[in-house]
Amino acid sequence: MLAFKLAFKNLLGAGLRTWLNVSVLSFSFVVIVLYNGMLDGWNRQGRSDTIAWETGSGQYWHPLYDRYDPFSLQDAHVPVTGEAAELVSSHQLTPMLITQASAYPQGRMLNILLKGVDPSQKILMIPSGSLQVKNGEISAIIGKRMAESSHLKKGDRVLVRWRDVNGTFDAREILIAAVFNSNVPTVDANQIYIPLSSLQEMTGMLGDATLLVAADTHSGSAIKGWAYKDTKTLLKEFDEMINAKKGGSRIVYLMLLSLALLAIFDTQVLSIFRRQKEIGTYIALGMTRMQVVRLFTVEGSAHSLLALILGSLYGIPVMLFLQQKGIPMPKSADQAGVAIAEKIIPFYSLGMIVSTVLLVVISATIVSYFPTRRISKMKPADALKGKIQ
Amino acid sequence: MKKFSLIFLTIFLITSGFAQDAKTILDKVDRNMSSRNRIVESTMTINGKRSSRTIASKTWSEGTEKSFSEYLSPATEKGTKMLKLEGQLWIYSPATDRIIQISGHLLRQSVMGSDLSYEDMMNDRKLTDLYTAILIREEKLGDRNTFLLQLTAKVDDVAYYSQKIWVDNERFIPLQQELYAKSGQLLKRTELKDVKQIQGRWFPTVVIYKDMLRQGNGTEFRMTGILFDQKIPDYIFSKAALKQ
Repeated sequence: MLAFKLAFKNLLGAGLRTWLNVSVLSFSFVVIVLYNGMLDGWNRQGRSDTIAWETGSGQYWHPLYDRYDPFSLQDAHVPVTGEAAELVSSHQLTPMLITQASAYPQGRMLNILLKGVDPSQKILMIPSGSLQVKNGEISAIIGKRMAESSHLKKGDRVLVRWRDVNGTFDAREILIAAVFNSNVPTVDANQIYIPLSSLQEMTGMLGDATLLVAADTHSGSAIKGWAYKDTKTLLKEFDEMINAKKGGSRIVYLMLLSLALLAIFDTQVLSIFRRQKEIGTYIALGMTRMQVVRLFTVEGSAHSLLALILGSLYGIPVMLFLQQKGIPMPKSADQAGVAIAEKIIPFYSLGMIVSTVLLVVISATIVSYFPTRRISKMKPADALKGKIQ
Repeated sequence: MKKFSLIFLTIFLITSGFAQDAKTILDKVDRNMSSRNRIVESTMTINGKRSSRTIASKTWSEGTEKSFSEYLSPATEKGTKMLKLEGQLWIYSPATDRIIQISGHLLRQSVMGSDLSYEDMMNDRKLTDLYTAILIREEKLGDRNTFLLQLTAKVDDVAYYSQKIWVDNERFIPLQQELYAKSGQLLKRTELKDVKQIQGRWFPTVVIYKDMLRQGNGTEFRMTGILFDQKIPDYIFSKAALKQ
């Protein structure tokens, strides 16, 4: 306790030097929490958006389906029968048929994926309710990215060419019934959604589906003839991307933290050099060398405690403000092909805050301790005289 | 009743005669257009909305399954090679010194910005193997008399469900071809011009392809030299030849 009292007294007595160190350290602390909060917020938002728009609570894939290989679509379709059909009728699964096609907006050719979805499905957020067939005309929906790249808007008609199950070309005009706005580029870019039954008829793949999307009420049990992919598998790439981002950001904030810790280290070295008489006096008054080492270590690490207090004073209002208003993302951010909202709402988890506090305190304690090891080698008499050792 | 039977018989004989004629015409077209192998030197002029560019190439082909092309000019395309081998397509690009297989979405991309897709290049089967032909009428196309044939797919795995084909009634060479989707939508139009007699057979030396769904003025394929039934070494149709 004495060590703490003395440490804080000495620290506060040092005036501006202490506050400079504390300010730099507090800035690092706030930046680390803020950046990690932003990444955690993005992660939560991206995951929930991807689940809501694309993956559902799991998917059953045709064994030949590979989402990164459009070539696999040619053979990756099978009629939905038996247990799968029962689960579809009880609204636990919704089927989706996917095929390659070309769209010709304004005479330009765009390679697209034509996706057939059940207009009555409620598992995905895709506004499939707009999908209708009126007077033989097929309605389609597209996302805002597709709308931008193809210059299509609601009410436009576009010619689409595809190949049927035998590889024969077919083409017809479809009506863009709605343009939806999603944060998930992978459900949007170069994709056109039409009613499932229309696509099945157009391609001659009657009753077929490429994949089945599961509702959150579905248990995820195995279905014969389908390969189950859980959310963890479906979001693997997204999680890897967030982890890679975290890895990259660690380098930045460790550099920032190193600057603050270097300042503390310098302060400690200077203290021990300039306060030799004081060290000698402590020992002369009966303190052991280890007690003096502890005193100086506590003094150094106390910087981190003051930094936490100072950081909280200005950091908490900033963090709360950003949590309320969100961090706006540039328009080009989602061109990377990952789910990202227009605004990221940071998420500050207790675990993240505690681990950041521990990182700052422990690293400050370590850099404070190293210079003090010199004290254990000092001769008290020389120290009292202020002789440089 | 007797009169009705006579009319019915006459119609039957006329239509079956037409169908027979159409088949014979198509057979003759196939015979003229196909060869054991051929070596073609050609230029491909791609007429875009704003500008045109010409690409020269040399192609060795054997039957319908094997083909090897080397691009000779312009400098940006020189050295690019393409190998089609039993339903698969590879491209070698000298800039990257890599061979890539064209599959999936890439097959639908146009060949060097032309109106031809890689997929179109892959379809080389005989018309008689794929279509049932009906002679619609005789028609004048330019200064040539032609038979207009309506072709309808008789096999499932055909790219274009139906075609209209105008065949020169003396030389049995197609002069124009229209390719239709199942829905009846016109997808592509091909005009074949400058028919010349080469090694005893009539052959069109200029082909203009037009993707009817895309803007642009089509792609002109002009054969500057053609040799039929030559001796082509086997190594030409191998992946190793791409890097040579």
